[in-house]
Amino acid sequence: MLNFVIKTGATTNSLIRYIGQLAILWSQTVVLALTPSFKGVRSLIQANRIGPGSFIISALVAFFVGMIIALQMAYQMIQLSAEIYIPQIISVALTRELAPVLTALIVAGRIGAGIAAEIGSMTVTEQVDALKAFAVNPVKYLVVPRFLGLVLMLPVLTMLSDIIGIWGGYVICVYKLHISHEMFWRMVFKALVMKDVLTGLVKTIFFGMIIAIVGCHQGLTVRGGAEGVGKATTTAVVRSFILIIMTDCMITFIFYFLLKV
Amino acid sequence: MIEIRNLYKTLEHQLVLNNLNLSVRRGETKAIIGRSGVGKSVLLKNIVGLMRPDRGSIKINGIEVTSLDEKVYNKLRMEIGMVFQGGALFDSMNVGENVAFVLNEFMNLDAKTVRDRVADALALVGLKDVEHMMPSQLSGGMKKRVSLARVLCMEPQIILYDEPTSEVDPITAAALIHLIIELRDKLKVTSLVVTHDMNLAYQVADSIAMFYRGQVIADGKPEDIKNSIHPVIRQFISGQAQGPITDDESLIFGHVK
Ligand SMILES: Nc1ncnc2c1ncn2[C@@H]1O[C@H](COP(=O)(O)OP(=O)(O)OP(=O)(O)O)[C@@H](O)[C@H]1O
Ligand SMILES: [Mg+2]
Repeated sequence: MLNFVIKTGATTNSLIRYIGQLAILWSQTVVLALTPSFKGVRSLIQANRIGPGSFIISALVAFFVGMIIALQMAYQMIQLSAEIYIPQIISVALTRELAPVLTALIVAGRIGAGIAAEIGSMTVTEQVDALKAFAVNPVKYLVVPRFLGLVLMLPVLTMLSDIIGIWGGYVICVYKLHISHEMFWRMVFKALVMKDVLTGLVKTIFFGMIIAIVGCHQGLTVRGGAEGVGKATTTAVVRSFILIIMTDCMITFIFYFLLKV
Repeated sequence: MIEIRNLYKTLEHQLVLNNLNLSVRRGETKAIIGRSGVGKSVLLKNIVGLMRPDRGSIKINGIEVTSLDEKVYNKLRMEIGMVFQGGALFDSMNVGENVAFVLNEFMNLDAKTVRDRVADALALVGLKDVEHMMPSQLSGGMKKRVSLARVLCMEPQIILYDEPTSEVDPITAAALIHLIIELRDKLKVTSLVVTHDMNLAYQVADSIAMFYRGQVIADGKPEDIKNSIHPVIRQFISGQAQGPITDDESLIFGHVK
C-alpha cells in the first residue's frame, strides 16, 4: 500500500515536472517568436514541410470518416425515418470534433515524430551545442519556426479535412441513401454555423502548439545516441496523442459549459 | 585572457573537473594533453558556457562568465570559436552554408562577399570546391577542417580546438599545425588546443598543460614537459602501457591468450 502511494507520488511529481518543462519551453518559444529578428522564411519552410505532405493522408482519412459517420448514422436513423438529419450530424461532428482531432493525430505521428528525430539527432551530434557556441539560441533557431509552421498549417489542414469529410458523407447520403443533392447541402448549411468551424479551428491551434513543443522538447532533451533518438521519437508521438486528446476534452468542456458555444 | 580558478564539475555523480586551475595569456597557444576521458572536452564546454561548472571561476577577458546571463554571454561567444571534437557540422546544410553560418546569421553581407569569404576560409584549411557537398559526404578529417573553416569565418579572438588533428593524415596535420601557428603570429589569436598528438603539442604550443584526474598537474614550456621527470607525464608522453597512470586506475587491458 505504502509502496503504491510512493509510486503514485513519484509519478505525479515527474508528470508535474514534465508539464512544467513544456510550459517553460512554450513560454520561451512564444516570447522569442515575438522578439526580433524575425526570420519568416524559416517558418514558411517548416510550414511547407508540414502541409503538402500531410494533406493527402488527412484528406483521405477525413473522406472515409465522413462516409463512416454517414453509414453508422444511417443504421440508426433509417429506423426512425430520419435519414434527412444525417448531413447535419456529419457536418457538425466533423467540423467541431473529428476533423481537428484526427488531423492533429495524423500530424503528430508524421511531423511530431520527425521533429523529435531531427532535433534529437542534432542534440546527440552536438549540433545544438554548436548553435549555442555560435551565440544562436536553439529555441529561436529550431523551435520557433516549427512552432509557427504547425500553428499555421494545422488549421489549414483541418479546414480542408472539414470540406473533404463532408464530401465523404455526401457520397453515401446522395448515392446510397438517396438524399437529393440540394437537400444534402441545405441540411449541411442549416446545421453548420460559423462557430462550429471556429471552435474546431481554435482547438487546432492548441494541438499545433502541443505537437511542436512536445516534439522539440523530446529532441532537445535526448540522452544517448541513436537509441535515445528512437526513444525520443516514440515518446514524442505517445505524449502528443495523450495531450491532444486531453486538451480536446478540456477545450470542449470550456466551450460547452463556460462559453456556451 | 582566460583565467580558470578552482573549477569543479560533476557529471552523473562523477567528479570530472576537480579543483582545476589554468590560465591562458593573450596571444598564447596552449596545448592541453591528457588521457581520453579526463575532461578536456568538458573543460572547453565550460569555457563557452555549454556546461556550467558546479563551483569555481572562469574569467574571459576579465569577465566572470560562470554566472553570466545568456544574452551577455552571447556577445562574448562571438569572439570565441570552438572546433568541436566531432565537427558538429549542421547536417541539413551543405558545406558552404555551414561555413557561412555566422555570416548569414549575424551579418548583412551580399551573396558574393559571403561566397568569397567562405572560399577563403575553406582554402585556409586546404579545401576547395566542396561548398556543395553535404556533411554526410565528407570524411572525418574533412569534417574537422570544415568545422575549423566555419570558426575562421567568424574571425574570433580565441579559438578552442578539440583534437584538430585526430582524424587527418600526417601531411594535412602538418598544414594545420602551420595554420595554427600562423593564426597566432599574424592575427594574434589566443588558442587552446586539446590533443593527444604530442607532435602537434610540441610544435604549436607556447605552453603545454597536462590534465590528470580532473586537475592540471603540470603546465610549462614544451621543453619542460618533454624533459619532465614526473612519472605520470613521462608515461603519457612516451606512451607506455605500464606506469603510474595505469597502475593508479588499476586499468589492466585484457591479454590475448
Ligand atoms: N554530457 C555528459 N554527461 C555525462 N557525462 C559526461 C558528459 N560529457 C562527458 N562526460 C563524462 O566526463 C568525462 C570526461 O569527458 P570528456 O569528453 O571531457 O573527455 P575528454 O578528455 O575530452 O576525452 P577524449 O580525449 O576521449 O575526447 C568522461 O568520463 C565522460 O564520461
Ligand atoms: Mg574530448
